[in-house]
Amino acid sequence: MMVDAETLQADLRALVGAEHVRPATAADAIDGVPAQVVVEPGDAAEVAAVLRLARDAGLSVAPRGGGSKLGWGNPPRRVDLILSTRRLDRVVEHAWADMTATVQAGCTVAQLQRVLAEHGQRLALDPLWPATATIGGILATNDSGALRARFGTLRDLVLGVTIALPDGTLARSGGKVVKNVAGYDLPKLMTGALGTLGVITEATFRLYPLPSHVSCVRLSASEVSALHPVLLRVLDSTLAPSGVQLHARQGAAPALDLRFEGIAAALDAQLEQLARLAPGIASQPLAPEAWPTAEPLWDDADLALICKASVLPAQLDALVQTIRRVSAPLRLSWELLAQAAGVGWLRLAATNEQALLAALSILRAEVGRLHGSLAALHAPSAVKARLDVWGADESALPLMRRVKEQFDPQRVLNPGRFVGGI
Amino acid sequence: MHPRIIDELRAIVGTHGLIAEPEQLRTYECDGLTNLRVVPSAVVLPASGEHLQAVVRVCHRERIPFVARGSGTGLSGGALPVEGGVVISLSRLNRILEVDIPNARVVVEPGVINLDVTERVAPFGYFYAPDPSSQSVCTIGGNVAENSGGAHCLKYGFTANHVLGLKLVLPDGEIVQLGGKTLDPPGYDLMGVFVGSEGTLGIATEITLRVVKRPEVVQTLLAAFHSTDEAGAAVSEIIAAGILPAAIEMMDALSIQAAEAAVHAGYPQCDALLLVELDGPAAEVALSMERVTEICRGCGAWEIRLAQSEAERMVVWKGRKAAFAAMGRVAPDYIVQDGVIPRTALPRVLREIRQLSEAAGLRVANVFHAGDGNLHPLVLYDRSVPGQEHIAETLAFDIIKLCVQAGGSITGEHGVGREKQKYMSTMYAEPDLDTMQLVRCAFDPQHLANPDKVFPRPRLCAEKQGRYEPHPLEQAGVAELF
Ligand SMILES: Cc1cc2nc3c(=O)[nH]c(=O)nc-3n(C[C@H](O)[C@H](O)[C@H](O)COP(=O)(O)OP(=O)(O)OC[C@H]3O[C@@H](n4cnc5c(N)ncnc54)[C@H](O)[C@@H]3O)c2cc1C
Ligand SMILES: Cc1cc2nc3c(=O)[nH]c(=O)nc-3n(C[C@H](O)[C@H](O)[C@H](O)COP(=O)(O)OP(=O)(O)OC[C@H]3O[C@@H](n4cnc5c(N)ncnc54)[C@H](O)[C@@H]3O)c2cc1C
Repeated sequence: MMVDAETLQADLRALVGAEHVRPATAADAIDGVPAQVVVEPGDAAEVAAVLRLARDAGLSVAPRGGGSKLGWGNPPRRVDLILSTRRLDRVVEHAWADMTATVQAGCTVAQLQRVLAEHGQRLALDPLWPATATIGGILATNDSGALRARFGTLRDLVLGVTIALPDGTLARSGGKVVKNVAGYDLPKLMTGALGTLGVITEATFRLYPLPSHVSCVRLSASEVSALHPVLLRVLDSTLAPSGVQLHARQGAAPALDLRFEGIAAALDAQLEQLARLAPGIASQPLAPEAWPTAEPLWDDADLALICKASVLPAQLDALVQTIRRVSAPLRLSWELLAQAAGVGWLRLAATNEQALLAALSILRAEVGRLHGSLAALHAPSAVKARLDVWGADESALPLMRRVKEQFDPQRVLNPGRFVGGI
Repeated sequence: MHPRIIDELRAIVGTHGLIAEPEQLRTYECDGLTNLRVVPSAVVLPASGEHLQAVVRVCHRERIPFVARGSGTGLSGGALPVEGGVVISLSRLNRILEVDIPNARVVVEPGVINLDVTERVAPFGYFYAPDPSSQSVCTIGGNVAENSGGAHCLKYGFTANHVLGLKLVLPDGEIVQLGGKTLDPPGYDLMGVFVGSEGTLGIATEITLRVVKRPEVVQTLLAAFHSTDEAGAAVSEIIAAGILPAAIEMMDALSIQAAEAAVHAGYPQCDALLLVELDGPAAEVALSMERVTEICRGCGAWEIRLAQSEAERMVVWKGRKAAFAAMGRVAPDYIVQDGVIPRTALPRVLREIRQLSEAAGLRVANVFHAGDGNLHPLVLYDRSVPGQEHIAETLAFDIIKLCVQAGGSITGEHGVGREKQKYMSTMYAEPDLDTMQLVRCAFDPQHLANPDKVFPRPRLCAEKQGRYEPHPLEQAGVAELF
């Protein structure tokens, strides 16, 4: 059932206030799918009320955080309402002495980090676009960066969440202490669920101190095959880097970047040990500010695929060889920024869409043989229309569908965007 | 249980894999929580994943509830059998299937003993980080179900942070693979939900673990204080200084006394003892240890000892790990609690526990993971004194309520099980519990896997989703929710 736009907006205005409801514009479209209305609730109860209204009216809802790009996932089947978390932007509590913080979902990562830094702490995570990415958005997309080498990813850092379900239930799960095994771990279930089970309104994280000192080094060689053994030796050593990242590009020399955090005097000893593990490999200091991030992969991305790739650490070299082998005949240019954990960003750029599609399907098969995965998160719309971006062939898919069925039986939230068309 | 079903189960697992004699069944009537006992109708011991799947299929077809069991060391009654149900013991599924050192992964069957994983990878310089005090007997399957922790979880995280993949037999007998050796697979993190689900979502048959490289050096410091307040303050200051120890454990006078009597660790007689362990690159540990020493002195430590050899270090830990068992020397019976509080609340909550203990006239010993704020108060009593058991139970519950009021949790590592299902509503509101039940309904709509554990009020899965309506008896105050 579709209510007319006027009635819908009137109902929404009554819920959240007239100034927080507006008709959607072309700029609000998601993956080319236009939206009707944008609504900005002011607290968790309003989020729940909006969802319930949408469910009762048979509408679909796309939660939006930083909002500029909602690129990840399959194109939505429908977008009626955009539920923006823009007004949920407060750091609710920074229990700095306990090293935890509770923050609303619409707060940007950068804003949270600023508040935490006042007490010398941080969310030990370096996701993409921290200035615009919101807490709800990074949780929903499970976005992490190089620091995962030492601190893990969001699933390892999130202690509790509050979520609003499409039936209007507002539920809390987990807690505010680091250690807690009471009940099911819904914070983990929400992490990476792309807003298809509930809308996260608030989350609590464990924090880490800001490092007193950071030293970064870049190792370079002409071939990945010379750097990869060093990466494996580092992993197999007693070194304790907070980030290890392999950067390989078509037509350029690869680099292995390492980041160490701690007391300055102790870091020197680690750097010496590193030098012993990499005999004959050129090394130079790297300013921490110059640490390469994945953002530039999105520059000029009209005819580019940007994928999240995951293989085993010992397979990174094989991954690069495969990319090279597949790209050459298709005349693709490529770039890979991979964490030592085996997870990385791969950019493939072509002059035509056909080549992108071909490359992806071959690479997926190869990565599948390495027991890994390759999800296309950014793709030109014509390409996206012809592939499943997740590419997951999961024995768990029926179970995932049952979970979705329980949380969102009427397919209100982000319909069609997730794995298997969930 | 119908003899036909017993026969069918026997046909799957063989004569040696099935126990149906009343006397033998008694061995399985409880886990580490010995005051609750239920004799199951049968115990099956599958020797392969295929056996396990076939057994679960029979249970599903016949609507027979089943309870998975590792070593039965759980302390919350998680492996307590269901009357008329089947216990599925995983002790024969105890093979280490794969050791992949270059990728630091190990694949095991659920019945593998925790310590065996570490022993298997030790020659390569690796270890399996979650180390419950029961690690020499408890199983990886049990650890996964309980999301077990240990002294070193402060730095290294819990079981949930070290499980990368799970092969499960779902309660309908289907097999699914969640996660695997590679990270961040697309899809819901169902593995994250399974870990800590206490056997209520299915049975793990293959588990992929992350192992960790041994640090360059490990140093353990022992510091004696005049009071738990002082020791608690030292804990907060160490963490606030930006130091992340591998472990910080605290013991009070009563637990020191018990541990000394049992293992002669040579602990100083004091009112609060801290064990602080640092590990990592040598230079960093040396510098941080100086700082920890300073902080402890500043907080009033009157004796500080740094273990000088691996042997000395092991002795220091032996006392700590034996502390629960040693309580038997101080009192005939005890209840172990497992509450969590924010670290900064330590001094206050310990004081309030002392007040509660004095008011109840029972002694409470404290030995716990101070760095995580995970308390293990041991309420000492004597079952043979009429009424004392009841007083002890009330005191234990009051302590847990104190933890929740302080912003903490009713359990940090032992699980909810049967013991604490009635406390769940002190921590979560009805909508919170209902939402967790959505997961249960997706995995196990018939409620066959370890039913009637964890949740105070299981919901009917076919039930229309909606808000909880209290039963008229509850409203009238005649019966409680749980
Ligand atoms: C081509 C492309 C360009 C990108 N450009 C940018 C950019 O310029 N800026 C930027 O910040 N990020 C960008 N990203 C990356 C992505 O948006 C980031 O990973 C970011 O961390 C997500 O945070 P966000 O707040 O922007 O979320 P959004 O992009 O708004 O949302 C991401 C997903 O999370 C869901 N979601 C958001 N909030 C919630 C919530 N509270 N509860 C439940 N689900 C929720 C959304 O429905 C959506 O499915 C881009 C990604 C792609 C593929
Ligand atoms: C002296 C002592 C010290 C302890 N110290 C600690 C400690 O420091 N930290 C800590 O966390 N715990 C501790 N415990 C508690 C206990 O050892 C842990 O909970 C352990 O994980 C239980 O393992 P188990 O193999 O004995 O499991 P069991 O007790 O047999 O079972 C525990 C739960 O797991 C379920 N289960 C078992 N196997 C599976 C499977 N394969 N799939 C699904 N569900 C399954 C069972 O149904 C049950 O609900 C201690 C216990 C004792 C007796």
